[in-house]
Amino acid sequence: MERFDVLIIGAGVTGAMIARNLAKYDVKVALLDKENDVGNLTSNANSAIIHSGYDPLPGTNKAKFNVLGNKMFDEICEDLDVNFYRVGSLTVALYDEQLPLLKELAERSKQNGVEVKLLSAEEVKKMEPNINPNVKGALFAPTAGIVDVFNFVVHAVENAVDNGVKLFLNEEVTSIVKEGEYYKVKTQKEEFYSKVVINAAGCYADKIASMVEPIDWKITPRKGEYFVLDHYKEGLVNHVIFPLPSEKGKGILVTMTTSGNYLVGPSSELTDEKDDYRTDPPTLKNVRAQASEMVPSIPFNQVIRVFAGNRPTCTRHDFVIEYSKKDKNFINVGGIESPGFVSSPAIGEYVVEQLVKPILSMKEKANYNPKVRKYHRLYNEMREDNYKFSNEHLNYSEIICNCEKVTLGEILDVLSRSNPPHSVKALKRRTRAGFGKCQGGFCQPRVVLILAKYYGVSPLEINYDGEFSPILLEKIKGGR
Amino acid sequence: MRTVDLLVIGGGSAGMAAAIQAKKEGINDILIVERDENLGGILNQCIHNGFGLTEFKEELSGPEYLARFVSQVEELKIPYMTSSMVIDMTREKIVTISSKKEGVFKIKAKAIVMATGCYERGAGAIQIPGDRCSGIITAGTAQKYLNIHGYLCGKRVVILGSGDIGLIMARRLTLEGAKVICVSEIMPYSNGLNRNIAQCLNDYNIPLYLSRSVSKVIGKDRLEKVILSAVDEKMQFIPGTEMEIECDTLILSVGLIPYISLLDYIDCPTSSTKGAKVNEHMETMIEGIFSAGNCLHVHDVVDFVTDEGRLAGHGAAEYLKGEFKRGEKIVVTPKDGISYVVPQEINKDNEEDVTFKFRVRKPVKDVNLIIESNGELVAKMFKPVLIPSEMVMVKLSKDKLANVDKEVSLRLEER
Repeated sequence: MERFDVLIIGAGVTGAMIARNLAKYDVKVALLDKENDVGNLTSNANSAIIHSGYDPLPGTNKAKFNVLGNKMFDEICEDLDVNFYRVGSLTVALYDEQLPLLKELAERSKQNGVEVKLLSAEEVKKMEPNINPNVKGALFAPTAGIVDVFNFVVHAVENAVDNGVKLFLNEEVTSIVKEGEYYKVKTQKEEFYSKVVINAAGCYADKIASMVEPIDWKITPRKGEYFVLDHYKEGLVNHVIFPLPSEKGKGILVTMTTSGNYLVGPSSELTDEKDDYRTDPPTLKNVRAQASEMVPSIPFNQVIRVFAGNRPTCTRHDFVIEYSKKDKNFINVGGIESPGFVSSPAIGEYVVEQLVKPILSMKEKANYNPKVRKYHRLYNEMREDNYKFSNEHLNYSEIICNCEKVTLGEILDVLSRSNPPHSVKALKRRTRAGFGKCQGGFCQPRVVLILAKYYGVSPLEINYDGEFSPILLEKIKGGR
Repeated sequence: MRTVDLLVIGGGSAGMAAAIQAKKEGINDILIVERDENLGGILNQCIHNGFGLTEFKEELSGPEYLARFVSQVEELKIPYMTSSMVIDMTREKIVTISSKKEGVFKIKAKAIVMATGCYERGAGAIQIPGDRCSGIITAGTAQKYLNIHGYLCGKRVVILGSGDIGLIMARRLTLEGAKVICVSEIMPYSNGLNRNIAQCLNDYNIPLYLSRSVSKVIGKDRLEKVILSAVDEKMQFIPGTEMEIECDTLILSVGLIPYISLLDYIDCPTSSTKGAKVNEHMETMIEGIFSAGNCLHVHDVVDFVTDEGRLAGHGAAEYLKGEFKRGEKIVVTPKDGISYVVPQEINKDNEEDVTFKFRVRKPVKDVNLIIESNGELVAKMFKPVLIPSEMVMVKLSKDKLANVDKEVSLRLEER
């Protein structure tokens, strides 16, 4: 039985960033997730925005970690080879009576230490030709950005594993008991022992925390539904476009993604079911109406997918980042809803430096490497119109996904890494195979066969997502 | 940089026909680029019969039909590259090809025929309500798994949409031992050919529900059930009409869309078919770039795809030989009852008969098709039955075309 110094429950962006920070030290770390891939739930389904920090109330954890985290993204994304662009955000006022609120937000930004600028209607229209022509003004936050959320988590975990962290997928924690110096963490499959346990279980953080002691906070997920639009030449918006925020959140936004697609959403409705990722027509209709108010010309005929994500909204209305009351060796990192993604690098650093270090003796490793092995993509070569790498490595010129120009070389590369995909969805999130207008219609059979061949199993054993989500059910008579 | 006289993008039915025709008309420097491992396109997986009735007066399977064209390509020694895909192109016809064997390279063409086929609308595009579980798959993908790779995607199946691939798959899955519970169609009429409804559904007692669609999919990991609800005239679900059906698979046959991402790069104007806007030679609005087959407009019969490919190949050959006459343009417009017409433009000086291909908006009986120019009748023909799932072709002779000036329109008139 292997014993760990630190065990992290949840390999979403928060757990991934904590793991990566711990990987700098000579401690034995286990990273557990109940899903078949890292970052598969909340970190997978959100607006993919690196917020500037204009919105959280000054003095809160949200404000503090958002502003700190935002500044860390350039370096981390460089090290992790993740697409990140500081495109800036515009929070727009569509009515005269909203203008004082913009000023209030500008004041709040100042208190949070965020650089912003109030823009006139004319300035906004110049920056965003497709904005509602009745726009009255906007708050411009140049430090806001967009990031590839899928690969941010995937590469962070890869980097952590490269530096010694052990990753365990499909391990759902069922009980946590302290036995002497160690916590015994039981999953549906096995038992883990660790001196320190960090709870970063997203929407389930309250359930995990309650396994150790009664808690005074609760997570009630707030579901957000989105439209994804295909990338198309004319383009829609150049910045992240927000309405004015309300108590329900930052509102329904319109933004481009790092892959040139556009996201419209999210709705914001409390749900009692932590696993409710359903979409429904009335909610989406409302998203559409509200977004169209800001950007009237959104081409909804370009929609290629709709999805829902759950924000782990906490009754404290702020991030919970603290020792458990009973025992410092159990640390809760819960309620990491928006602006959680942007905050994650700062949270990871804080948890390790301020909470773990005082209770565990740790020394920095001499051979820690913050970088992942470089990723090569045909798509990037297309942008630069230079095909040197593909011509030297011919399987990078064999296209598997027609829509997104994903090659066999790219797929085999992610499979060979230390945080490889085990499902069609996991492969899709890493490579974009199946992310285009045909949504895998052409490439999914190829991808299933590649996965089956790589893992030496029958295509019947290849899952779309979790362990019980096969794509194919039976081999036919005479089938190869 | 490599050069070629005629580059054919796509080695399916349209592309092969175009290349064969151009070769026969004296164009020798041709290259067909095919993204799959083999020529033939989607016909490779269409192992049912019904192909070739017009072209060969025979009933062939898809692979048999395509084999006849592959052997012509071979006999005529037309060069082709498989596992090769065009990833970029410019208006100057400089094309970037990514090829499994040859890497990424550029080639400059004098003329191009786009024959890139179509793709299926999926669950995302129709915003299917409910869970995101496995077991929801488009009909063509299910067909590929079954007919090419030998795997059944489901055992208890509901099919949404009565397009031809969905109907063909209902029969095919049944023959392989799956239970096809029903086919559900949101429209009040089927979108498939009548012969397919008879041969694929009625013969196997598979019910077809009209004006009914999926209002919810339910399943944690794999699909567990779907809810089918009736829809009103505005396509809104009617509460109280829900049918809950336990199934492991939902197959979608909800429409095909021309696959023309490449045309985006060159700002090529499109028409209401979602394909390129073309003239009578299937030339797009960019000189020397032609388009044919399902990437131009979605066909229901492959024989007509072949025919259109030949037309584009002929156009490209005339263009390359400098025999292409342009002159005054006649604009073609679909009017009452007609959803689209191909071509959208005619070069009057071409002095060839023109065939209009069009579809009607909804099923109609006993109507007159009126072809008019500037309010004057050019032609009138009686049509006893027209349905949206069957493309209609009418030929306008060059003599009649001589009377047409600047514009011509097609419309339906009730008798």
